[in-house]
Amino acid sequence: MRITQGCFSFLPDLSDDQITAQVEYCLGRNWAIGIEYTDEPHPRNTYWDMWGNPMFDLKDAKGVMMELADCRKNHPDSYIRLNAFDSTRGFETVVMSFIVNRPKVEPKIRMVRTEVAGRTLRYTHEVVR
Amino acid sequence: MDADTVTPATPAPTKVDLRAEFEESGVREVLEELDRELIGLAPVKSRIRETAALLLVDRARTQLGLAHETPTLHMSFTGNPGTGKTTVALKMAGLLKRLGYVRKGHLVSVTRDDLVGQYIGHTAPKTKEVLKRAMGGVLFIDEAYYLYRPDNERDYGQEAIEILLQVMENNRDDLVVILAGYADRMENFFQSNPGFRSRIAHHIEFPDYSDAELLAIVKHMMADQSYTMTPTAEAAFSEYIRLRRAQPHFANARSIRNAFDRARLRQANRLFETAKGALDAATLSTIEEPDIRASRVFRGGLDSDRQRVKEESK
Repeated sequence: MRITQGCFSFLPDLSDDQITAQVEYCLGRNWAIGIEYTDEPHPRNTYWDMWGNPMFDLKDAKGVMMELADCRKNHPDSYIRLNAFDSTRGFETVVMSFIVNRPKVEPKIRMVRTEVAGRTLRYTHEVVR
Repeated sequence: MDADTVTPATPAPTKVDLRAEFEESGVREVLEELDRELIGLAPVKSRIRETAALLLVDRARTQLGLAHETPTLHMSFTGNPGTGKTTVALKMAGLLKRLGYVRKGHLVSVTRDDLVGQYIGHTAPKTKEVLKRAMGGVLFIDEAYYLYRPDNERDYGQEAIEILLQVMENNRDDLVVILAGYADRMENFFQSNPGFRSRIAHHIEFPDYSDAELLAIVKHMMADQSYTMTPTAEAAFSEYIRLRRAQPHFANARSIRNAFDRARLRQANRLFETAKGALDAATLSTIEEPDIRASRVFRGGLDSDRQRVKEESK
């Protein structure tokens, strides 16, 4: 099942040129780019593993693309996303995030119903490989 | 008249007007700026002009669809301290940006400390960090020969050199590396690292400034900060330059800038001590002979240096 989270996730996967253009846009607004990866795409799993430090002082997207190539080489079968962090006082948050790499076979997310007291239903989701 | 002004709206694809290219790309502005702001350095300027011509022609060839390969643009700047290497590197970055050979045209200036780590496994990430920052611009490595320490074969500098060489080869479109340092030590460095020599196409030598050029430089600096010298002060300054050159640690324009800063200090002091009542702008911006004559250079330099010279002459 295709995981959809962050920007552009309903579109076909971005090509490297398109990723470069997006990164240029982010750098143009002085956002710092961080690369993160995970094998657990559950929507509640907000904390992915960081690939190196966020890059605060880049001028050109090539620096990010080099790190991304490195990360892809080491984790070819993981989800990789780019986060853009806006350090402006008052924002200080991730303002853009998009997936740039997916495993060949994506895991499914299954909904589990549990019946509790008074026939109330509790819903939860789990990742099935 | 009509015949003269009627030109095709779009230039024929089979022709490129180099002159127009030159004007449009903004290269002319950079070169003129270089001429205006940098005094002396004639060989450097002519080399930069040649490089600009080459790149312009190369770009024109690309437009006509002729076979081309990104030229190797890595350079080495050799010369004594204070001969304007960093300043020229900055201009070079602007020039390459205008010609479209680097995308962003910023200058990242580093030395050994920024590239080489202190323990095993520290160097590669550090060097990569710097390279990432320099992508799309110019990486200026000052005193590059410190990267290579022949006396210590386990020195981490070698690792930084290998990464640099690899990036210089593979990412020629992404960044331009400029190595800078003293001529003789750079020569040694290239001899022991042949990989660098073959990857660097442009070797530019920065000559020392003559006394007259240094005087022109200090006048330029003063004009920038709205200071003037009295004629006697100017004479004193020429003498200062002559004496300073003979003394140790002479760093061309840098020494002269420091001398100017100290003269300003003395001028401020003098005004503070002697002035009675209100001062006008002319007084505040005039440097007089005593401000320069008070320098230690006229008494034979720093005490420690004088001591050494005396011992050596014994």
